[in-house]
Amino acid sequence: MVGPSSSHTAGACRLGLLARCLVGGTPERALIELHGSFARTGEGHGTDKAIVGGLMGFRPDDERLRTALEIMDREGLDYKFEKTTLGDDAHPNTVRITLERGGRKSQMLGASLGAGRVLVTEIDGYPVEVPGNSDTIVLVAEDVKGSVARIAGLLADAQLNIATLKLTRKERGGDAFMVIEVDERPNEEVRDAIRALSWVKWAFRLDKVSA
Amino acid sequence: MYRSLATAIQDAEARGVTLSTVALEVEAKDQGRPVSEIRDALRRALVVMREAVDRGLVGDLMSSSGLVGGDAAKMRTGPDGPLSGTPFRDVLARALAVQEVNAAMGVIVAAPTAGGAGVLPGVLTGLAKARGIDDERLVDALATAGLIGAVVADRASLSGAEGGCQAETGAAAGMAAGAAVEMLGGTPRQVGHATALAQQGTLGLVCDPLGGLVELPCVFRNATGAAIALAAIEMAMAGIEFAIPADEVIDTMGEIGASMDVRYRETAGGGLAATPTGRRLAKERLYDLKRAGG
Repeated sequence: MVGPSSSHTAGACRLGLLARCLVGGTPERALIELHGSFARTGEGHGTDKAIVGGLMGFRPDDERLRTALEIMDREGLDYKFEKTTLGDDAHPNTVRITLERGGRKSQMLGASLGAGRVLVTEIDGYPVEVPGNSDTIVLVAEDVKGSVARIAGLLADAQLNIATLKLTRKERGGDAFMVIEVDERPNEEVRDAIRALSWVKWAFRLDKVSA
Repeated sequence: MYRSLATAIQDAEARGVTLSTVALEVEAKDQGRPVSEIRDALRRALVVMREAVDRGLVGDLMSSSGLVGGDAAKMRTGPDGPLSGTPFRDVLARALAVQEVNAAMGVIVAAPTAGGAGVLPGVLTGLAKARGIDDERLVDALATAGLIGAVVADRASLSGAEGGCQAETGAAAGMAAGAAVEMLGGTPRQVGHATALAQQGTLGLVCDPLGGLVELPCVFRNATGAAIALAAIEMAMAGIEFAIPADEVIDTMGEIGASMDVRYRETAGGGLAATPTGRRLAKERLYDLKRAGG
């Protein structure tokens, strides 16, 4: 990795990499809200450069992280930073990223836990736990019966082994949020097959970001 | 993965193998990859570690704020001290070198973190050179270090923001001490004692970097962390046993970290960061950084 801090640089970069998956590529606009130690000491650690680099698709060992802010300006990307307070329960190194690409808008809350490990705790308001050390499929679907079986079937047909599957919803009958960690990377066809289901509102693949 | 060093030591002893053997097997199983691929990854890490040592020892790097840089080279070119010409001085030089590279946003291996990245390569490559140890044994040692680090991450923390510097350079010292003892021919049990001895010597260590930058005291704390690891290695190899098992010392580190005031957890609100000189330097340097557009 590129220094100087595994929490503030490598972890921050990984959170940027995960966030960009939610809009399917480098966002054109982003609001990056930093909490706790991220807000207080982030600048000196290059947290800003690392998150921006991650959003642009740079990995933690990419030396371009050092000049990520200049590259961002050159590419004409509109990323803004703000300091925020997310409450005492939030991990000291937490960031909320609101991003936009094409017509797609998304919001992610994630924390850098130390030694470069990260945890995404919220996507578009849904509570999740995505550590990013497996390839992960996230999707929002209408709360219909048999949705889990149908998705599991699609993955099985593609020879993908499910490591974990979590289903959450905000209310009964409301949209269901599914987080599926798989052992092998799903290809575009699998994603498209999931997206083609009439009751799936959107689906994205969060690429594995651990070393 | 192992959640207890004691369990890993028992497994290794029962089979009459090294800790690195069980570490590599468990990692291979967790990742669903053959042991050879895990070793390849560790071999690549070793290359990056060596490059960072060499890069830092050139002595021309400055951190982004200008607070640190060039001190590793002084350990090679500066006047002699009482331990000149010994592995001790060389290990310190190497630990400083890697951390100077890190402070300059260079490429390093987080081991376990970037802030503590100098200790493990400093101790392992320094002692391997002094004792003529080959790269394959160094790779084994890295696997053992990884096992210890994973146990610390699981039982306590590897984040200065959560647990202070004892969770970064302290954990690194525990990893380096254990790994080096295996590399030097110690038993799994001696690895456990070395880890406990190093970690106990860093209990309570706060994370108080000036201006929140991973520069000062971080660069020097990697050197002193390496020195603690060397002390632990020397004692464990001599047959000294530490009465509190490594797992419990690690738990203690986690407990101290959890009750540590937020000022001492990487917020630049206390410790050296809050001294009159610390505040003045941080203010000047951060002002310079902003003016330079950094």
